[in-house]
Order: sequence, then C-alpha cells, then structure tokens
Amino acid sequence: MTEYLLIILSSIFINNFITQRFLGICPFLGVSKQVETATGMGLAVTFVMALASGICYWVQKVLVALKIGFLQTITFILVIAVLVQFVEMVIKKSSPVLYRALGIYLPLITTNCAVLGVTIINVNENYNFLQSVVSGIGGALGFSMMLILFAGIRERLALAPIPKAMEGFPIALITAGLISIAFLGFSGFNLAALLSF
Amino acid sequence: MTKWQIYKNGVLKENPTFRLVLGMCSTLAITTAVVNGIGMGLALTLVLTGSNVIISLLRNVVPKEIRIPAYVVVIATFTTIVDKVMAALTPGLHQVLGIFIPLIVVNCIVLARAEAFASKHGVLESTIDGLGMGTGYTLALLLVAVIREILGTGALLKAKDFGFSGFRIFPEEMGVKLLILPPGAFLTLGMLLAGMNWLVAKRGAKKHD
Repeated sequence: MTEYLLIILSSIFINNFITQRFLGICPFLGVSKQVETATGMGLAVTFVMALASGICYWVQKVLVALKIGFLQTITFILVIAVLVQFVEMVIKKSSPVLYRALGIYLPLITTNCAVLGVTIINVNENYNFLQSVVSGIGGALGFSMMLILFAGIRERLALAPIPKAMEGFPIALITAGLISIAFLGFSGFNLAALLSF
Repeated sequence: MTKWQIYKNGVLKENPTFRLVLGMCSTLAITTAVVNGIGMGLALTLVLTGSNVIISLLRNVVPKEIRIPAYVVVIATFTTIVDKVMAALTPGLHQVLGIFIPLIVVNCIVLARAEAFASKHGVLESTIDGLGMGTGYTLALLLVAVIREILGTGALLKAKDFGFSGFRIFPEEMGVKLLILPPGAFLTLGMLLAGMNWLVAKRGAKKHD
C-alpha cells in the first residue's frame, strides 16, 4: 500500500508533470483561463491517463514478446488516439452533459504529451501493472491540480494591470516559474521516511 | 511566395517558439545546455522535414476524414528513426534528452505544419517549410539555452558526450543555479517572449509613423 501512496504523492508533488517534468505544457497554457474548463480538462485527462497507462502496460508486454520493441512510439500513440476516440464516444452516449462540458478538449488529449509521456515513463521505470495505473492517476492528479490552481491565478491576472508586452503567454510563463520555485521545495522531501510513521 | 520567403517565414515571421508559441514542453525541458538545444533542434528538424515531404506526397491519396491518424503514423515513423539513430550515434545526448525524443510525435509544431502547410503544398515547398520551421525552432532553443547555460553554470558549450569541456566565462560558484533548474526555464522563456512582443510592437509602431 505504502508503495502506491509513494508513487502518487511523488508524482503529484516532487515530480509534478508540469512544474518539474515539463509535460502537458500546451493544455496548461491554453486551457487554464477559467477554473471551470480547467476542471473539466483535468477530469478528462485523469481518465485517459489511467486507462492509457493500464493498456500500454500490456501492449508493451506484447511488443517485447514479439521482439518489436522499436514500434513502441507508433503503437502507443495509436493506442492513445483510439482510446481518446473511444472515451469520446462513450461519454457522448452516456452523459451528454459532460460531453458538452468537455467538448473540444476531448480530442485534444491525444496530442497532450503528458499522456504519451506517462506511458513511456512507466516502461522506463519498469512499473508493474498496478504501479503503472497508479502512476498514471498520480501524474494526472498532479497535472489537474496545477491546471486548476493556475486557472485561479489567471482569472485574477486577467484583471491586473500588466505591461502590454507581458500580457498573455509571458506573464503566464513567469507565474508558472514562480509556482515551480515553490514546488522545488518539495524536492528535498524524504517521502519514504514520512510514510513509515 | 518565393522559396526564400517560405524559409524566412519559418525562421522569423512565424517562428514556432516565439511567434506561434508551439512545442513548449521540449523548449522548456531540454534547454539547460546549448548542446542539448542543438541535438533536440536537429532531431525535430529531421522529423519535421521528413514528415512534411511524405505528407506532401500523400496529400492527394489520403482521404480527408482519416488524415490526422495518417499524419500521426508518418510522424511516429520518422520519430522512431531519429530516436534509434541518436541512440546509436550519441548515446549520452540521447539519454539526457530522454523521453523528449519519442515525444516529438506529439509536438504540436510537427502536426501543425503537416495540417497547415504540407497537406496543401508541393514537395519542394514543404521541404523548405520543414527546414525553415526547424531552423526557427533550433535558433529559439539556442537562444534560451545560451542564456540558461551561461548564467546558470558560468560556462558555454559544455558537451561531455563529445569530450568538450566548454568555455568558462565566470566561476561556477557565481552561477545562478535556479536558471538550470525547472523554474529557470519558465522565467527565461517568459522574459524572452515578453522581449519579443515588445520588439514587434515597437517595430509595428515605427512602420505606422
């Protein structure tokens, strides 16, 4: 149990996808203008990342068994694309309300590098099936948390008097830098010792 | 547009990093040293040019409805080639760039050029566009990396993989460590983007006078 908690906590705080690993910056800068859309995007990404982590674990097993490991990138991206399409269809049928709320963000998840990133990280770290899924969920939770936090800040930034040249992306990046400094403080944490209490 | 204009468009007017703000992940992640910037820039240029050529050749063959998956497969193929070639030729650099090489597949620049340019233009134009955009991206990476490496470590062009110890500009203890840590990437790029906006606005105002 501790082991899984460790993966979740470390991928949320210490190796946060956005502030430390630089994965999923495009949706982070693009979709974080309102808290509401950020939450929707976060939910959708969490769902896809958990599923993709689980499926890609078995896909990798098959690739290795067939000795075609070099097809990893192509296979993973196709699996993710199919998965996103599938999730889109399921949500459209089962919950039109959620579908309308997520609408345009769903297809964008395919090109979210956090999703492909987590599946490759899982393979590189030699995670087993459960660890992969947990790492997918943890990474996605860290991503969603940053997205929502940042959306809250940007709603206020929109009203602040900012020099003309700094408006938009520059001030967003600098704000992200300041948040990243705060998250750097977690990097000294010895989580294993903390959880053994 | 002449060939030269297409090339220049990618480097300056529609610079993927500073003007279009695409492909931010790799720009932020790997610009801790100039040599990483060169490696990543070359890798992306190869993938971009290669996939532009193939997609331009296939533009009348692929049905419109399934074009995006088709593009993704072409891009993934070139990414895999570049990934394996780099792993063989420059193993150290390949390890430093890590997952950002396979992640070229989902780099918005490549898919954006496939959709916006290569699927509508001939092979020669698409090749030049790929080279231009690749150059623009590489130059942007270099700019960020030069600032981060010099201010962060006090040296320039340190490349362990090629047995090059780099030029020391000031002692390492005086470097601002923060700049080669993740926050430094956000801060440097944010400042550079603001500077670019300011320059463009100033030049625009001059033209009006």
